[in-house]
Amino acid sequence: MLEKAIYGGRRYWVWIFCLLGIIGVGFLAYLYQFKTGLGVTGMSRDVSWGLYIGQFTFLVGVAASGVMVVLPYYLHDYKKFGRLTILGEFLAISAVIMCMLFIFVDLGQPLRVLNVILHPTPNSVMFYDMLVLSGYLFLNILIGWTVLGAERKEIAPPKWIKPFIILSIAWAPSIHTVTAFLYAGIPGRHLWLTAIMAARFLASAFAGGPALLIILALIVRKYTKFDPGKEAIQSLGKIVTYCMLINVFFLGLEFFTAFYSQIPGHMHSLVYLYAGLHGHSQLVPVMWISSILAVIAIGMLIFPQIRKNESLLAVACLATFFSLWIDKGFGLVVGGFVPNPLERITEYWPTLPETLITLAVWAIGFLVLTILYKIAVSVKEEVVFDKYGEKQIKAE
Amino acid sequence: MSVNRREFLKIVSMSTILSLGGVVSISSLKNHVEASQISRNAKALTAKRWAMVIDMSKFTSEEDYRKCIDACHREHNVPHVTDNPKHEIKWMWTDTYEHAFPGNEDKYLSEKIKHMPFLLLCNHCENPPCVRVCPTQATFKRKSDGIVMMDMHRCIGCRFCMAGCPYGARSFNYKDPRPYLDESRENPEFPTRMKGVVEKCTLCYERLAHGLLPACVEAAKEVAAKKGITPGLIFGDLEDPNSEVRRVLNERFTVRRKPELGTGPSVYYII
Ligand code: SF4
Ligand code: SF4
Repeated sequence: MLEKAIYGGRRYWVWIFCLLGIIGVGFLAYLYQFKTGLGVTGMSRDVSWGLYIGQFTFLVGVAASGVMVVLPYYLHDYKKFGRLTILGEFLAISAVIMCMLFIFVDLGQPLRVLNVILHPTPNSVMFYDMLVLSGYLFLNILIGWTVLGAERKEIAPPKWIKPFIILSIAWAPSIHTVTAFLYAGIPGRHLWLTAIMAARFLASAFAGGPALLIILALIVRKYTKFDPGKEAIQSLGKIVTYCMLINVFFLGLEFFTAFYSQIPGHMHSLVYLYAGLHGHSQLVPVMWISSILAVIAIGMLIFPQIRKNESLLAVACLATFFSLWIDKGFGLVVGGFVPNPLERITEYWPTLPETLITLAVWAIGFLVLTILYKIAVSVKEEVVFDKYGEKQIKAE
Repeated sequence: MSVNRREFLKIVSMSTILSLGGVVSISSLKNHVEASQISRNAKALTAKRWAMVIDMSKFTSEEDYRKCIDACHREHNVPHVTDNPKHEIKWMWTDTYEHAFPGNEDKYLSEKIKHMPFLLLCNHCENPPCVRVCPTQATFKRKSDGIVMMDMHRCIGCRFCMAGCPYGARSFNYKDPRPYLDESRENPEFPTRMKGVVEKCTLCYERLAHGLLPACVEAAKEVAAKKGITPGLIFGDLEDPNSEVRRVLNERFTVRRKPELGTGPSVYYII
């Protein structure tokens, strides 16, 4: 099926070469970082994780969210998602690849990365994170490829794939739960030391991931002959709405616990993020943009009339996506480190090389995604659906 | 020379036994080396759990602290990163009461204590979160004496341990540390580090193995000798009821940093 990726129109190739250009620039920046060390980033002794680990954390959520289309389809027999599942699975593949790359570019000694496997350390959450991530990648490649292959031959997917699908449904929350445990189990980092961290992660993932999927589905529909289905998109829109509401509710719980208890350590990080602490307020505007986007998104999503209008839905989804991207891909990580354990404040802002490398990893993700979607769409374009969107029938 | 079958089998079985024995002894040797990092000699100082008491009253000037910090940093070739405080490497340093003991600060704290610089270092915790989170066992707690060790050759630089340590005791080599070393003051006995690894105080395990006290403790002794008082850094075995540290802990009121986190710091402060 891979050959489908090399036939494409002008627009397709322009897009591919743009991505390759960004990747090239980022690669040069990475060589510079590799040679000089992580000192080229904005990270410090106090803020020892930054943009890279934030992106990793956010993208694990995007990967896990694939389950939001796979689960209703396979477990509840919600046929409307039939045409979306492959897009969800392939989005998960590219997101997991980005996750792994972000961990890799964050290492001080990348050539030693195999040490994680050579010295398996069952007491470290990172060990499990590696296991669940690679397992999830494998499952999604296997399932996506098998199902799509069957579709191309216009036969039903083989029976043996079913157990793997069920497994992948159970597996998806685990990748995000384990990633939340990277943060949640650490003493002395008040912002992260919260029992609802994993729940918050899942809520934001199941809002942000499907929001991105909606945007992708709309793009696919616009530029190809394949239609992922109006109703499917609307159902996803409802998922985004509920999960976003739950996400904001959870954030509210954190605020209540911190500010009603009045325990200084628990308030400090939140104050730093949203109001600034002792004159340090670099992240305040960013966090407020995130909050405002969240309010806009929810304001648009809760009204069915607005949600039903696809272009307005797209705007709401963009707002959701960027709000969560700031919150999880940046604020959560940096806020955990500021103030530091000695209650001193060192601020963090990504540097140019760091930003270029980050963009390049995203570009690699989009390149993988484009190629996978191209293949999927080429297969899908050849088959036509009956008027209920359920069964595929042969084109006349 | 002809070897008959019986002889051949004999040779094979003998060599198998020998090589198995070799493997066993090599692996036990490896364990031994891993446990102590360097070979022990007869003079080696040993303990079940090393600990330190810092008697603040024995330090009276900025100079007194500097002597200890310098001794540590020179002994271990700790780079002196001055161009960017964000990338500082410190094994031992000072900070004020409110930062050393956050959460214990008090508006009406005596001016003297408020401005007193507290000597800070890795606490060699009994239940160290940095060990718990390290994915490669590059940070490990030595079973024999409780020292929390670093294997800088194994560290992949993920900096999880820095997120895990609630005392800010770890530093990361954001750049190649060697240009920041003063060659004339370099200690050829101790390795220098490369970029991309984490480091911290290792309680001078290499000196203990040679029967020497930690460099900072040694320096504190010198400081005290000049003034004719007892030293401000007291080092010894927490599990030995007759040790110097236990005697001091028994007689004086001491505090530890963030004991509520359950990490069990082995560094005690007399204020
Ligand atoms: S003080 Fe920090 S680095 Fe030292 S043992 Fe405790 S947790 Fe680990
Ligand atoms: S930075 Fe090194 S010592 Fe620290 S957790 Fe990672 S591998 Fe272990």
